[in-house]
Amino acid sequence: MARRYDSSTTTFSPEGRLHQVEYAIEAINNAGTSVGILARDGVVMASERKITSGLLAPAKTSEKTYKLCPHATCTVAGLTADANILIDQARLRAGRYAYQYQEPIPIENLVEHVCNYKQAYTQYGGLRPFGVAFLFAGYDETHGFQLYQSDPSGNYSGWKATVIGANNQAGKSLLKTEYGVKKETDGDEMKTDDPTGGEEIELPDLAEACRLAVKVLNKTMDGAVASPEKLELFTMSLDEEGNCVHKILNAKESGEIIAQVEAETQSAGDT
Amino acid sequence: MGCGHVFCKMYGSRLPNKTPSYPLKQQVVLATDQVNARSILMYQQNLDKIAELSSHSAMGVSGPNCDLVNFSEYISKNLKLYELSNDGLKLSTHAQANFCRGELAKALRKGPFQVNVILGGYDAKVPTGGSLYVMDYLGSCTKANYGAQGYASNFCLSIMDRDWKEGQTEEEAVQIVEKCIRELQMRFLINQSNFIIKVIDKEGLRTLKYGADPADN
Repeated sequence: MARRYDSSTTTFSPEGRLHQVEYAIEAINNAGTSVGILARDGVVMASERKITSGLLAPAKTSEKTYKLCPHATCTVAGLTADANILIDQARLRAGRYAYQYQEPIPIENLVEHVCNYKQAYTQYGGLRPFGVAFLFAGYDETHGFQLYQSDPSGNYSGWKATVIGANNQAGKSLLKTEYGVKKETDGDEMKTDDPTGGEEIELPDLAEACRLAVKVLNKTMDGAVASPEKLELFTMSLDEEGNCVHKILNAKESGEIIAQVEAETQSAGDT
Repeated sequence: MGCGHVFCKMYGSRLPNKTPSYPLKQQVVLATDQVNARSILMYQQNLDKIAELSSHSAMGVSGPNCDLVNFSEYISKNLKLYELSNDGLKLSTHAQANFCRGELAKALRKGPFQVNVILGGYDAKVPTGGSLYVMDYLGSCTKANYGAQGYASNFCLSIMDRDWKEGQTEEEAVQIVEKCIRELQMRFLINQSNFIIKVIDKEGLRTLKYGADPADN
């Protein structure tokens, strides 16, 4: 009987669930992984590039990371076609806000708008929900650097570090042990949780966050060797004048970070 | 336009423990007459034409009473709505002024609000603290150190041109405002017996004095 409630997105099943929405969330758990990490001086987002065929012409622009406005960017996990609609919506919202108030939109306001749009598709008939989850990275004057995650149901939440997409559970558990753990000596990153200092999370700097992001992707990509072609690193930081700098790292830069992570894990394995 | 008149004044005072980069934290003084009159009739003399927009901002509005009340409420309630729907987050004075200007410009092509506005506010995040924006019903908006609108501007602007000084104290600023009021009462054809003066500083908006209590309305 449960199947009776599968086709309709807007009808609760007898167990009180919306199956289509749950399936959409499930679909994202098989999509290319994205990890976001908040740093002291910026935000890092790293995404897995899924290479479907060697014959496919390489994309001219990023298919995972999209700039929304001068102070916000998102990464996508799920259906890119659906994501484009939502990204248009976010850009429009940011532009209209700037036009109305002559000031940059607060990040949470932008995220909330996109999520309200997504939510509508779980409530009105005849439409399927968006099969997309986002990580939003942004900066505003009131709350500084921020990282948000959203899912097809229209829920969103703010994080210090989080993972969406395939194997996000494994990625999250790695972040839980490694994010904000104080290092006593360099190269000794495998510290067990110290109950005395465990509560106080110290934000990493941008370089540390990049390395951690690569580490997480290494884990979620199931033993596949990380390479600049397979992952995309994005950083957001401020320049001397306080302007937001968005950067997608090129092959050489991300290659260097991958090499550093490899050296780190190797030396940790030796001891 | 009606003969409501607004004039405003910004002043700075030195902070007790001054920080080297921002020695001045400015505050804002707003003043308007309290008259509601049309043609040869005087309806009221105890109006408050300075609308509170948020805890740290307000705008003085002049124009026919209908547009004046309608516009003040439209703007102040929309800004309140913004606060409610953004978890208590307040717009900066700059954003409030631009929103207000936008609404004036939007209304211009469909039967405009016949109001001129002087909007002032205090932002902890802005280095200078207080700021003042002068706009007219056509939708032009300028950031200024002082401004006056309506017939009153013919009397008041010259006084403020001469007396306004960077870094003056609150007392000095209020003295200039009162000088303007005396000049109006001495030389202006139209009788404006009552004026209301409000101050915005880091503590927020407060009414300094009024000629007749607006609460009697």
